[in-house]
Amino acid sequence: MRDADFFRHWMAAVAASVEREADRLTELDSPIGDADHGSNLLRGFTAVVAALGAQPPTAAPGEVLQLAGRTLISTVGGASGPLYGTLLRRTGKALGESDEVSDAELRAALAAGVDAVAQLGGAAPGDKTMLDALEPGVAALGTSYRAARVAAENGALATVPMRARKGRASYLGERSIGHQDPGATSSALLLGALADVAEPEGAR
Amino acid sequence: MTAGQEGPDSGNALVGIVLVSHSAPVAESVAELARELAAGGPVAPVAAAGGTALGGLGTSSERIVAAAREVDRGAGVALLADLGSSVLTVKALLMEDELPPGSALLDAPFVEGAVAAVVTASAGAPLAAVAAAAAEAYAYRKA
Repeated sequence: MRDADFFRHWMAAVAASVEREADRLTELDSPIGDADHGSNLLRGFTAVVAALGAQPPTAAPGEVLQLAGRTLISTVGGASGPLYGTLLRRTGKALGESDEVSDAELRAALAAGVDAVAQLGGAAPGDKTMLDALEPGVAALGTSYRAARVAAENGALATVPMRARKGRASYLGERSIGHQDPGATSSALLLGALADVAEPEGAR
Repeated sequence: MTAGQEGPDSGNALVGIVLVSHSAPVAESVAELARELAAGGPVAPVAAAGGTALGGLGTSSERIVAAAREVDRGAGVALLADLGSSVLTVKALLMEDELPPGSALLDAPFVEGAVAAVVTASAGAPLAAVAAAAAEAYAYRKA
């Protein structure tokens, strides 16, 4: 079972990954975006860690993720704010109010969160977006957290030959081909951090 | 809620309009343009929500929520947005019920839609008619 601390650790691990990879995310966002993905997400997840630190320690797992999502929507300033914010809020809502959740419940809640992202952005797999990492990643959670990380990373790599159909990159048409999508890349970081927290190296 | 639904019952109150842009000056200027083109009688409440809370280019959910509350007279609030994160932030706020009851994102071009919405709302039209007038701006071909 996973308690609220597990979710706090996950968010802290995402913040650390984003900090480590911020320059690369911004670099990926330069040819096909507006070169702010790394700095936007860094600002957002830094604010998430601060907000969770100020939240009552009795908060349930679902409340932790809902606060994280709300914080992203209000601090990121770019499209990744409402998208990641909705992902975490919907996942948190689906977890409900229980103090502990099972891996199966988390998997189902994340699937609901990913559906909400698809609904919000109107994107489908193959459009060169976050969903190209999130959908295979969350689907692979049925196998293991490590499998989810690998599937999300492969999903992000698979965006390279795709032509963008959503967002600013879509204005570039053919010229968006050949670049890895920054949103899919950060989505792989999110699921990679989940794997690190759920299945630490030493524990296996 | 989606564009076209009626706001709460409100008597003679006017629909409020919120203009969400990546740029604060764009939001302010379009608000001013629309207000001036609607002048001649009572003008519907219009608020601009442009840029980030830090004054940069982007979207601030706080500014959007504050603007919607500012123009809410109980007849519904019509929001117009320009690009990417403006649209997504309004949609995310609507999905989570963080905007006043009877708020709707209009499917319309930003400048032309804003003018149509403010003129219609100022004439006392309900939210559905404001939304329809703004959407009609797509039908005007320029070339």
